[in-house]
Amino acid sequence: MQPKSPLLLLLLLSLQLFICFAFAQSTTGSAEGYTIYGRVKIPSNLGTKDYIIPGKVSNVKVILNGGQRVTFLRPDGYFSFHNVPAGTHLIEVAALGYFFSPVRVDVSARNPGKIQAALTESRRGLTEFVLEPLKEEQYYEIREPFSIMSIVKSPMGLMVGFMLIVVFLMPKLMENMDPEEMRRAQEEMRNQGVPSLASMLPGAARSN
Amino acid sequence: MAIRVFLIVLLFLSFTNLTYSLYEDQVGLMDWHQKYIGKVKHAVFHTQKTGRKRVLVSTEENVVASLDLRHGEIFWRHVLGTNDVIDGLDIALGKYVITLSSDGSILRAWNLPDGQMVWESSLPGSKASKSILYIPKNLKADKDDLILVYGKGSLNAVSGVDGEVLWKKDFSGESIEVSHIIQSSDVIYVTGFVDSSKISVYGLNAKNGELLENNHAALPFGTFGELLSVSGDMFVVLDEMRSKIVIVHLRNGEISYNQKHISDLTKDLAGQAVILPSRLPGMFALNINSYVLLIKVTNQGELVLVDKVNNGAAVSDSLSISEDEHAFAFVHYGDNKIHLSVKNVNDWNHDLLKESIVIDHQKGKIDKIFVNNYVRTDRSHGFRALMVMEDHSLLLVQQGEIVWSREDGLASVVDVTTSELPVQKEGVSVAKVEQNLFEWLKGHMLKLKGTLMIASPDDLAAIQALRLRSSEKSKMTRDHNGFRKLLIVLTRAGKVFALHTGDGRVVWSILLPSLHKSEACENPVGLHIYQWQVPHHHALDENPSVLVVGQCGPSLSTPAVLSFIDAYTGMELKSLSPAHTAAQVIPLPHTDSTEQRLHLIIDDKQHAYLYPRTPEAIDILKHEFSNVYWYSVDADNGVIRGHALKSNCIQEAVDEYCFDFRDLWSVVFPSESEKIIATMTRKSNEVVHTQAKVMTDYDVMYKYISKNLLFVANAAPKAAGEIGTVIPEEAWLVIYILDTVTGRILHRMTHHGCQGPVHAVFSENWVVYHYFNLRAHRYEMSVVEIYDQSRADNKDVWRFVLGKHNLTSPVSSYSRPEVIAKSQSYFFTHSVKAIEVTSTAKGITSKQLLIGTIGDQVLALDKRFLDPRRTVNPSQAEKEDGIIPLTDSLPIIPQSYITHALKVEGLRGIVTVPAKLESTSLVFAYGVDLFFTQIAPSRTYDSLTEDFSYALLLLTIVALVAAIFVTWVLSERKDLQDKWR
Repeated sequence: MQPKSPLLLLLLLSLQLFICFAFAQSTTGSAEGYTIYGRVKIPSNLGTKDYIIPGKVSNVKVILNGGQRVTFLRPDGYFSFHNVPAGTHLIEVAALGYFFSPVRVDVSARNPGKIQAALTESRRGLTEFVLEPLKEEQYYEIREPFSIMSIVKSPMGLMVGFMLIVVFLMPKLMENMDPEEMRRAQEEMRNQGVPSLASMLPGAARSN
Repeated sequence: MAIRVFLIVLLFLSFTNLTYSLYEDQVGLMDWHQKYIGKVKHAVFHTQKTGRKRVLVSTEENVVASLDLRHGEIFWRHVLGTNDVIDGLDIALGKYVITLSSDGSILRAWNLPDGQMVWESSLPGSKASKSILYIPKNLKADKDDLILVYGKGSLNAVSGVDGEVLWKKDFSGESIEVSHIIQSSDVIYVTGFVDSSKISVYGLNAKNGELLENNHAALPFGTFGELLSVSGDMFVVLDEMRSKIVIVHLRNGEISYNQKHISDLTKDLAGQAVILPSRLPGMFALNINSYVLLIKVTNQGELVLVDKVNNGAAVSDSLSISEDEHAFAFVHYGDNKIHLSVKNVNDWNHDLLKESIVIDHQKGKIDKIFVNNYVRTDRSHGFRALMVMEDHSLLLVQQGEIVWSREDGLASVVDVTTSELPVQKEGVSVAKVEQNLFEWLKGHMLKLKGTLMIASPDDLAAIQALRLRSSEKSKMTRDHNGFRKLLIVLTRAGKVFALHTGDGRVVWSILLPSLHKSEACENPVGLHIYQWQVPHHHALDENPSVLVVGQCGPSLSTPAVLSFIDAYTGMELKSLSPAHTAAQVIPLPHTDSTEQRLHLIIDDKQHAYLYPRTPEAIDILKHEFSNVYWYSVDADNGVIRGHALKSNCIQEAVDEYCFDFRDLWSVVFPSESEKIIATMTRKSNEVVHTQAKVMTDYDVMYKYISKNLLFVANAAPKAAGEIGTVIPEEAWLVIYILDTVTGRILHRMTHHGCQGPVHAVFSENWVVYHYFNLRAHRYEMSVVEIYDQSRADNKDVWRFVLGKHNLTSPVSSYSRPEVIAKSQSYFFTHSVKAIEVTSTAKGITSKQLLIGTIGDQVLALDKRFLDPRRTVNPSQAEKEDGIIPLTDSLPIIPQSYITHALKVEGLRGIVTVPAKLESTSLVFAYGVDLFFTQIAPSRTYDSLTEDFSYALLLLTIVALVAAIFVTWVLSERKDLQDKWR
């Protein structure tokens, strides 16, 4: 019994990933394929429970397998794909202003009518086939209201600030400096001369 | 030190923002968006009762739309999937628009006012057949309004309220080709041909689909074309010789027929007759040799010729104007005008309307006409006609005038190229007069108010208006930054448009005469458009020109058509219709003395033809004879071949512009395990700024930059289809990078469990491609970068100083450089329709990938996200170098959609063109819609932004000057006080 339990645990875990549910119905024969039904719900404000009618939002499209088929939403948000063969498919929702995760849909050939779905972005299984946007998309930058800080932080503001420092603080520093020391520093500078070009090259610097 | 600090600050500022972003009030400043619908197939006018002046259309781009009749604007529009072709359009219940699509297997109802889909129903069937949508008037089964749909070999009666299939009758076993559905009280008659010579009629009960009767009648001859319904129980069809008209009469299910020779009706016409598909009560139209015959069918089944019109163009369906009066419109040409007449079907001699309109002849002939009536204030009938022209544009004609027109040919762009605008010459005023200084200052004061947030709403509106109608951007001359250009687009209708990049207006358009239907060339199609002549310094007096390459039919074995167009005036300079085909067109990197680019056109018989056909071009080619290489991809057999020129053609007719070529190499992929699904090369005009790439440890890598690189993606044969048809174990993707001169494979990589579709983009030394990973069931994007190892030793400065480096050694495809390839893969959320990369004038600016997603948006993704050097924990040095920590998926930042809150419906391609300003790249995305914008992948580091406030600058300067004076006065005073002390 002991060696079996990890395997069982693994099985259980993998089952949790894909919670099975049936939301499809098989039509007349397996040759014609299955029907995938689903629903798109868009919350009026992310996080709240109020939903808006998807049809009113914008031109929402539901896309199967990267453009193989395209369908639209009914007023209540439902959509359907007919005659889908068994296999693993991908459903994407294109809606301006919202980010939807693509959905992996497994249509089982062995148990007709059994379909599993999982969000590919978060690898989360769906218990009912209701697609909700992961987040709203804001396509524009928001203009910051005018503030003194933004001007100070802007390159021009920084330049002005730097200049002010030079103008007002440097003389103060000079005043504090010992005249003796100052003369020495000036002399030192004169002795050093122009820095050589060779020392600036990275290769030469490394070979040293 | 200060400079260094400042530079670091600047660098920091430029690196913090990786995204391209836009403020909402900047929309329309640099971009424009145009909405189209495509060539109209069906049009249904709203009835008088609904009150609104709208027309519903469905188009060849699979668009169903509602247009405003007053201005031609789109009220609502839906673009269906690419293989969801619309076969029928009608209005049901007075409130739903019904579309039948996908060969009669999908029926949808849309809400008439706002276009919301109400219901959708799938009508399965097994047999491919014609599809018919028929909405009978006043036919109810259990209170439901019926919609009859024939498609996929079966007849379905669908409830108009909820789309439920009420009954179904399968005809797939009967080998009948159904052509008509007729309703008479409660019986539905389905008529059609069996083997084109036997007419078959089925009578069905409208309530439940029960088969009531089935009658046949065999004709002693075959028939040509389709049955046309003339009145409720009468049909006409042509016999197979197309010389006789057969009138078929159905009376209570009984079939009788009689026939009449066309020559009995009119003596002097002979030729191939075609029945026009216009539905007219008791009449039909016949087309012979550009003559249109209007023939009336009497109740006894006799034919009477009513009118014979020369240069006839189009005949509309009939329109019921009152109880038993029907009107229809027909148009014919004469004296450069279009004559539109609306006539009553029963009263031939009386015209309800007769108008002549002048239509720009660049719109070509009238393809289709739809007519609609309205009641004038004096209770008489007025008519308006919707015309679909040869160039796919749509016109509304009312009271002898064109009320509006739409250039819907632009919905089907085939190829795009660009042209520079003319240089502004002295003394030539091209655009509006420049604003005066006061206006300019006023504008900037307004802007300043805007930035300081002290502007009133009125001011804000004024600012926005000022920015949008900046006269600068729509001028017809070249600008310093190279933002203003002409986009020259070739459409499927064979029309070439020049669009101004400033505001997207059509500068000129030409319906190419050489792409017109003619006897030699039956179905001409435009294929490609190339820059033919781009004058520079010494040839500046000449106008640039473009080359349009087309062929006479859809197959590759039809002869080519070449047309040369002046890019400034839109005139066709000359056109050629050579005997050879155009399987491949290769622009060579050589130009002649007039800066015409040399092109090689490869035909399907192993010959290469040189254009332009001048002795000078021959001389240039002779000089470069051994340096011309190209390749061909044979995807069906899995072979890629390399070619080079050999000698002049050995033919009966001597043609010194024709060359034979030889195969240099071939790469044969094993057909049982690999199938070519995508190939991609570098753009020939791409500029690379630097060959070296400095790594974080001051190491230098040399990019392997060669124009002759080809990226090939092969999929497992089983996985060459669509997603959902294959399991991961049977799928793999093999990618190759080939040298197209030697055929050498530089890099090969296998992605197990992956499949296409593959979209790739090749630039500099890297290729990025997008594919589907079946194991993770997500899309992936991979990057491969190729580096040249043979130059890797050139790192030491002393080698450069002493000249001991091999950097000046010529890059040749014959040498076998050692290359290494680095690669990395990432997940990407969306399906992709197209990938492009930004291109700039000098190639210094960092690159962005432009990804056209399945949602018809274009996303700009920085190339730094696709960098094989990314690691999970980059070191401090790597971080400073701009390396982003590795994540498993590529980020999608909404602000970096360059299409912002717009969609380029039906996106098919993205084109990037460098502007003269290094930081900026021009982007044109096309599909059903057109979108243009200019983007700066590293922000506009070399110019001031649009919203730079000159007024603020002036104000600062004034303030500074004032401060100087004040401090000067103050210091003077202080000095004086010091001296007095």
